[in-house]
Amino acid sequence: MTNVTLNPQQPRTAEMAARMDEVKGRSLWADARARFLRNKAAMVSIFVLALVVLFAFFGQHLSAFDNETIDWDVLGNVEVLGKPSLANGHYFGFDESGRDLYTRVVQGTRVSLMVGVIGAAIAVIVGTTYGAVAGFVGGRVDSIMMRFVDIALSIPYMFVLILLLVVFGRSIGMLFVGIGLTAWLDMSRIVRGQTLSIKNKEYIEAAVATGVPWFIIIHRHVVPNLMGVVVVYATLLVPQMILTESFISFLGLGVQEPLTSWGALISEGVSTMNYGMLWQLFIPLGFFVVSIFAFFFIGDGLRDALDPKDR
Amino acid sequence: MTTPLRTLLMASALAFASPALSQATGPNGEALAEDQTFTYRVLDEHSSVDPQIVEDVSGSEIVRDLFEGLYNQDADGNLVPGVAVSHTVSDDKLTYTFTLRPEAVWSDGKPVTAGDFVYAWQRLADPETASPYQWFVEVMGLKNAGPVMAGEMPVTDLGVSATDDHTLVVTLENPLPYFPLTTTHASTFPAPKWVIDEFGADWIKPEHIVSNGAYVLTEHVPQERSVRERNEAYWDNAGTVVDKVVALVINDENVALTRFLAGELDRTEIPTGQYPKLKEEYPDEAVVFPRLCSYYYTINVSDSAPEFLKDVRVRQALSYAVDRDTVVEKVTQEGQFPAYTFTPAATAGFEVPTVPYGTWTQDERNTKAVELMAEAGYGTDNPLDITLLYNTDEGHKKVAIAISQMWKQTLGVNVTLENQEWKTFLEERGNQNYEVARAGWCGDYNEASTFLDLVQSGSGYNDAKYNNPEVDALLAEAKTMDDPQPNYTKVEEMIAEDMPIIPIYHYTEGYMMSPGIVGSWPTQNVEQNWYSKDLYKVATE
Amino acid sequence: MLSFIIRRMAVAIPTMLILIIASFYLMQFAPGGPFTSERPLPPQVLANIEAKYGLDEPTWKQLVNYVGGILTEFDFGPSYKYKDRSVNDIIAQGFPVTLTYGTISFVLAIVIGGILGIAAAIRQNTWLDYFAVGITIGAQVLPNFVMAPILILIFTLWLGWLPGGGWNGGQWQYVVMPVIALSTSYMASVARLTRSSMLEVLRSNFIRTARAKGLPNRTIIWRHALKPTLLPVVSYLGPAFVLMVTGSFIVDSIFSTGGVGYFYVNAAFNRDYAVMMGLTILLGSMTILFNMVVDILYAWIDPKIRL
Repeated sequence: MTNVTLNPQQPRTAEMAARMDEVKGRSLWADARARFLRNKAAMVSIFVLALVVLFAFFGQHLSAFDNETIDWDVLGNVEVLGKPSLANGHYFGFDESGRDLYTRVVQGTRVSLMVGVIGAAIAVIVGTTYGAVAGFVGGRVDSIMMRFVDIALSIPYMFVLILLLVVFGRSIGMLFVGIGLTAWLDMSRIVRGQTLSIKNKEYIEAAVATGVPWFIIIHRHVVPNLMGVVVVYATLLVPQMILTESFISFLGLGVQEPLTSWGALISEGVSTMNYGMLWQLFIPLGFFVVSIFAFFFIGDGLRDALDPKDR
Repeated sequence: MTTPLRTLLMASALAFASPALSQATGPNGEALAEDQTFTYRVLDEHSSVDPQIVEDVSGSEIVRDLFEGLYNQDADGNLVPGVAVSHTVSDDKLTYTFTLRPEAVWSDGKPVTAGDFVYAWQRLADPETASPYQWFVEVMGLKNAGPVMAGEMPVTDLGVSATDDHTLVVTLENPLPYFPLTTTHASTFPAPKWVIDEFGADWIKPEHIVSNGAYVLTEHVPQERSVRERNEAYWDNAGTVVDKVVALVINDENVALTRFLAGELDRTEIPTGQYPKLKEEYPDEAVVFPRLCSYYYTINVSDSAPEFLKDVRVRQALSYAVDRDTVVEKVTQEGQFPAYTFTPAATAGFEVPTVPYGTWTQDERNTKAVELMAEAGYGTDNPLDITLLYNTDEGHKKVAIAISQMWKQTLGVNVTLENQEWKTFLEERGNQNYEVARAGWCGDYNEASTFLDLVQSGSGYNDAKYNNPEVDALLAEAKTMDDPQPNYTKVEEMIAEDMPIIPIYHYTEGYMMSPGIVGSWPTQNVEQNWYSKDLYKVATE
Repeated sequence: MLSFIIRRMAVAIPTMLILIIASFYLMQFAPGGPFTSERPLPPQVLANIEAKYGLDEPTWKQLVNYVGGILTEFDFGPSYKYKDRSVNDIIAQGFPVTLTYGTISFVLAIVIGGILGIAAAIRQNTWLDYFAVGITIGAQVLPNFVMAPILILIFTLWLGWLPGGGWNGGQWQYVVMPVIALSTSYMASVARLTRSSMLEVLRSNFIRTARAKGLPNRTIIWRHALKPTLLPVVSYLGPAFVLMVTGSFIVDSIFSTGGVGYFYVNAAFNRDYAVMMGLTILLGSMTILFNMVVDILYAWIDPKIRL
């Protein structure tokens, strides 16, 4: 019985569901947390991600160098003199311009984690709200909202970015605007699709029949049932956001030299991989891959934990 | 101006006596490769193969193969006969009479006539054509070029006419000693009126095009490849060795290099900074040679510029603190020439002047730079903030990173690097919306004025908005001088003094080329006007 | 359903119009124009060129002329950069390319991604699950601008099996690497969405009921669980399909396939307005069309969803 009432999909009546949610709300989350803590892959991933975050914010203290000073002796012969070395303190070696790669990766990690997390957060918040409202309200509102998404998906994104640069100038802030502009679009379509299906479920119909306001229904009943797909899709978005950043920066809108990011470091690494400087590719790529793995497992763990049906 | 003319006469005398090349051996008796296909990489799709419309380098390369103008260039950049076998100049130096070779025919068999040139040049000048190189008729100094371009006179009034099928008469507005040099430019090549009339804008499609050069266009897949093959009707078909030329569009230089190493290409560019390594691994394939181009930073000295840039001491200090040797030896690494003056040494008939700071050691320059900055009131307690603008590109980025660090480490200047995509960059730089910006310039023709005109106050390319009446006067005077070198020297010295631009290096071109083609590549032609018909592939191994 | 399609088509017209107007004005505001170059053209020359292309007219009139040209002659205008070609030429040549490698990639992404996702869900927390998840994550985290040059390095330089680029009319050797580079990340996304959706469906009451009734597992999966599982996957695939068949900048530019994906980015850099508009209209109409298809599929998947 407890199982059933905790499940928002199956309340006997809307009032009952609402009351149960209030009474048992905490235990729902506590349950989820307990389930999450039992998930080994997710716990390991949290640990790994925590290390990456620590690295990003405190890593520079382990190095005597900074991310912009050129070692003129190494410049021009990075392949031979710029290899990673514990002895000289350049743990990750040098980049193509003769700068300490370790501190560049530290700083790039900072930018990219921020971009990934903020981009995904925008997608989750805006996309979920937008999609849930469109799907739930339906009719003409849905039609207008979704045609807007169609237009936003097709409008020449590059021009939007170039225009942003002209009107607002460049800054890290504009980078997030540029990323946020598109991040939520696909999310909103996915959420709307799910919502269309959820809103025909008996418990929602019951809630509607008993006059529960629509935003409460969305908040209490629709969104919790969306979380699984939202979380998984959000983790899919993280690497996409991180790579989009390097493209936006390429246009002059994002981070500028000497600042860097994973995307920029990886693409520099790709351009030198033919010339024997593989560490310039594999170190930043390694950080990227490990972090994305961690995000994915955490996402899966969250999904399993939040699944209202899962026991 | 005398030099080109002299070389022209010499070259005409030699007249390239059509050495009867058998397919088996090259001009110097080398054994030729079986497969005479030359495949090279281009960065981007060409704009057009219409001689009067083309505006980019890769398009001009194709046009030079498909069409043949009055004169061609040889491997050293000297003029050699093309469709014209010779010309005479009137005593007032205003009328040039070209004699065309009677055996020249179009790929459809029609003879190449003087009328085809008249049509082409009129077409170039015609506002209706809307050629981006319309202004070239003015550069050539053709009579009535201005009014015709403006549509105030009919195109028939342009100073070019045909007295018979093989005699072309050109009338100039003013004497122009280097006029014959302009006839190697793609926009002056003849055009087949009958084909253009029939097919309109589609005439340059492979299925319609008719051309008079050594090759015909046989295939064009945009953004993938274009193919030109031997034109059997070409008058010197017997002397042409390469049968087929393929241009592959490959955007990424590193991918292009991989494909070169896989044997898919005969020529590709060496990515920035990789020459030493490639030279070591592939000594026969890696080639560099000087180009007629200058890499520099332009400083905004317009009225709207920030005050500190108007202080000549700051500009000098910024220039002195740039360690050019380090830039070319450790960043670009392609044998570029450190530059203290604007015009490259490779320019024909130009003597690079010695400017004082060019003779100092870098330590001396740095010391002097620090002093100047201190005099101007900037130092560690009052650091200068400067923004350095460059367009998005790996090579420009590396140079900018290095120079910003030189300024920072030597002068304590805080440099903000700012990259922009190309068009935004051009707009910002062109509107003096910058402090210091990257710039590069390649000569339109092989003479120093193509560079020095950039510092003229009225020049549309003077992005620094440098305005020095004395420089303007010297350059104006140089136009009519027999030996303009003294004026050029003075101008270079004044640039070095006022420092509206910071010369950094003079370009080289670095190629990876298959060993078979290296021998015939015109590395001495600093303009890199190459013709596939002059290439040949030697058998290797 | 027919009335739904008619209704959607009716809405599509104003939607397209808004898209066209918004894009048209947006482009005008970007700095620089198609003829901005390192060597600024003399004003007279620029005026000739602008007159030739009708760019000297006020923007609204250019817009009217442009839309008029499309409606009356299906003429999308000239390319300002590649003067030998019209926009129609570029799309006629480039769209079949991306359509080919995009469709193949799409099918692969659905089939492989779907199978991996379902397998992982059915055998949750077994080695099969971990294997499938591992593969999909591996495929997802390698950005295609890293993967593409590495593919060329391996298959062209080291093994010499495949040509390093080009399209050659779509011969299979030229299609393999673009498809690999494009499909992997979509495949991974499909697999992950399928897995999570399937897990959710498998725990719902009607599946439990089916289990309780003793239906064989296979029947439960294929007959009952699969359809609802597809819902989020289909939502994802609508826009993804459009993106795949309109090509990828990275794929087109690294493999020199000549597809429209390259021009989509390049036209923006070149301020090649007409090319950009043509591609925007292509992308927009495909987006509208396939989002409609997605909505129709919703009704098929869940008959309770009203169109």
